[in-house]
Amino acid sequence: MNKQTREPLIHITKRGSLPWYRTLGIRAAAILLAVIFSGLITMLLTGENPLKIYVTIFNGSFGSARRVWVLLQNTAILLMVALAVTPAFRMRCWNLGGDGQILAGGLATAACMILLGDKLPGWLLIVVMLAASVVAGAVWAVIPAWFKARFNTNETLFTLMMNYIATQIVAFFIVVWEVPKGAGQIGIINQISKAGWLPQVGPSKYLLNVIIAVVFTVLMYLYLNYSKHGYEIAVVGESERTARYVGIKVDRIIVRTMLLSGALCGLAGLLLVAGTDHTLTTTITGGRGFTAVMVSWMAHFNPIVMVFTSFLLVFLSKGGSEVASGFGLSASFGDILTGIILFFIIGSEFFITYKVNFRKHAGKENGK
Amino acid sequence: MDNKTPAVKMRNITKTFGSVVANDKVWLDIYRGEILALLGENGSGKTTLMNMLSGIYFPDKGDISIDGKEVVIRSPKDAFDLGIGMIHQHFKLVDVLSAAENIVLGLPGKLDLKAATAKIRQICDAYGFEVDPKQKIYDMSVSQKQTVEIVKVLYRGADILILDEPTAVLTPQETDKLFAVLRNMRDDGKAVVIITHKMHEVEALSDRVAVLRQGQFIGDMPTKTTNAQEMTNMMVGHPVVLNIDRPDPVDPRPRIEVKNLTVRNIDGIVKLDDVSFTANSGEILGIAGISGCGQKELLEAIAGLQRVESGSISYIEDDGSREELIGKDPLEIQQMGVSLSFVPEDRLGMGLVGNMDLADNMMLRSFRRGRGIFTDRKSPHKLAETVVHDLEVVTPSVETPVRRLSGGNVQKVLVGREIAEAPKVLLTAYAVRGLDINSSYTIYDLLNKQKQAGVAVVYVGEDLDVLLELADRILVLCGGKVSGIVPGRGAKKRDVGLMMTRLGGKTDE
Repeated sequence: MNKQTREPLIHITKRGSLPWYRTLGIRAAAILLAVIFSGLITMLLTGENPLKIYVTIFNGSFGSARRVWVLLQNTAILLMVALAVTPAFRMRCWNLGGDGQILAGGLATAACMILLGDKLPGWLLIVVMLAASVVAGAVWAVIPAWFKARFNTNETLFTLMMNYIATQIVAFFIVVWEVPKGAGQIGIINQISKAGWLPQVGPSKYLLNVIIAVVFTVLMYLYLNYSKHGYEIAVVGESERTARYVGIKVDRIIVRTMLLSGALCGLAGLLLVAGTDHTLTTTITGGRGFTAVMVSWMAHFNPIVMVFTSFLLVFLSKGGSEVASGFGLSASFGDILTGIILFFIIGSEFFITYKVNFRKHAGKENGK
Repeated sequence: MDNKTPAVKMRNITKTFGSVVANDKVWLDIYRGEILALLGENGSGKTTLMNMLSGIYFPDKGDISIDGKEVVIRSPKDAFDLGIGMIHQHFKLVDVLSAAENIVLGLPGKLDLKAATAKIRQICDAYGFEVDPKQKIYDMSVSQKQTVEIVKVLYRGADILILDEPTAVLTPQETDKLFAVLRNMRDDGKAVVIITHKMHEVEALSDRVAVLRQGQFIGDMPTKTTNAQEMTNMMVGHPVVLNIDRPDPVDPRPRIEVKNLTVRNIDGIVKLDDVSFTANSGEILGIAGISGCGQKELLEAIAGLQRVESGSISYIEDDGSREELIGKDPLEIQQMGVSLSFVPEDRLGMGLVGNMDLADNMMLRSFRRGRGIFTDRKSPHKLAETVVHDLEVVTPSVETPVRRLSGGNVQKVLVGREIAEAPKVLLTAYAVRGLDINSSYTIYDLLNKQKQAGVAVVYVGEDLDVLLELADRILVLCGGKVSGIVPGRGAKKRDVGLMMTRLGGKTDE
């Protein structure tokens, strides 16, 4: 029988759950493919030996002790921000205002350092800075949360807009506090007295941030998975109607969770301003509020996994810029490599959820 | 019919979803001029099989022939081209468009509503449908919407019709009308397949029955040569007793008293109008009514989930003391010792969290009882295991997300959790909707046990036969008003059916 229509070439079916080692295998294969593919692309575009490029990427992060510390520091800060936005994400509340909340925290920190630097004893100043940055970040997040809870506004747009407001306010205060006048920047705050600088722990000024990030990762993991709050967040995220039905006050949970999100972002602002940079700029966040979204998503909102995803992203960006400078390429080249690798990693999720079936014995069907 | 070629011949159809085998080498023949009832428990693969015929799923293995010619159905469009039309449980209509507009929607060619209307009228006259082509969908009752769906597939030239549980949402009178239409279509030479759980419908309507069990084809036979008991046994795989128990009420005392309750929905439309009744302990109060007549609002008002315009809802303790429930939120109602357990209409949307596993869903009621800031994970886990064991929930483990379970098992999980709270009042809405016979009887047993333990059970149901067999008293709602309260023993189906469509059930005849 000559059939007009044939079985579709490809059809896609949903998988049941896969054992962990197979999902791990698929992800590992994706990373391997990504590395090969990006090597190929680099070779085609630049004519360089891909092995050399891999070595350069690796050196970008591990080339020297200082680079390792920078890698750890960047990972720690990115991880902090990702930890901050994750509770909101678990609630399906898309807080894209990480940048604004960090800036708010950073601004509060800088204000304390500049205005109270010579008035308070060192330890008290840090306590005040801590409180101010946490409150500032929290306020920046609670404003959109309150509107969402009260009027069901869209938190994505609202938090995004709050970023711009924060940037402009910071720009304003930079002019107010600029040193010297007309410089358009604040410069290092309290360079001589070091008032309000977070103390150095151990061999590197970055170690403190790393420790804080590790502590918060564990705390956040416990909070989200084992606390009543964490459970409420999960229920609200999955179904507001179910939440209401069991007597969870959805509005309160939204505000409370966003408050936590904002407070942690504010703390990240403090770490940036008082811990490492000791200055305030409008670009101090480096877009981490957005990169953190990716960190959190790729880890399926699991704080422990986020350690790896944030590490991966920082590693890639360091490696990418090293390749760009080492081979005299445009800085965007690093972004291209990062993009390729992320494409493969995120794409692998499709193959974990679905199975692709190809037409069996194509062309032999006519015998029936 | 012996010498006819089947309109549809399905051979060795296999379909798997992940590790679940939904259909396993199924054979099925569908003939023209015949109504075939496709029977099977939940998860036996009826809907999956029909979805493959209508192009929604693609079979992993097997062949389908239409009128003796082997075909491949890759999409709903392919199915339409072959004259196959399916009417789904959930209607797929655009609310703001009229019946005629919905019917021609998506068809190629120039839009000629006048010609379409004429053709629709012609179809309606031929089979006895009552449709106003100009009426908007949002103005229509569920049964009218269903009619539009059927006309839609006929308009597109379908002569093989598949109806997935068409009577689940209809009153007895509407069901009779639908059956008359289906018989007309059969006499016109069309092939009709209906998927259903209700035995008396199979017996009343179909010419032939085919039974599936756990994805496998068990057998088919002319309806005349079989009976409800035999069919049920084939479906379930072992003999089942087909009677619903109705133990006498145990020491009935007023437990919930509703007085002059009026409720408006968000759009300001009156959903409950001056409703008064009493629910007694140790008794099952059935609530009958066409869907959307205020059943949902009534239960939600008692559970504290619905804003009330006026009236009162009192909870009466054994010693006669009263507490007003209106104005309290669901948590307060729980905390003041009033145990309202609510099995909501929309199981996954409200009572459970689909992505959470069984144990975590058990926690929904109890998570506040953990020590300090942490939840107690052990007792919900234990409860989940108890429920799985006692109610024979079919699940790979208690760590499986509930959305992976079949409808009947989801319902058992929900009812099991609510009952574990040892309620004084158990509100249930459509507790057996879409459940197979076996699971339904498990649920009836559970409700009866609760009743005998002195719980006031309020049972909103859609199957009148069940309500008449199970409930001690039946409250009939009609358009948000109480049409009447009748004792369950001795009530006539016809009378209750009439009360559902007009207040008091009086007719002009």
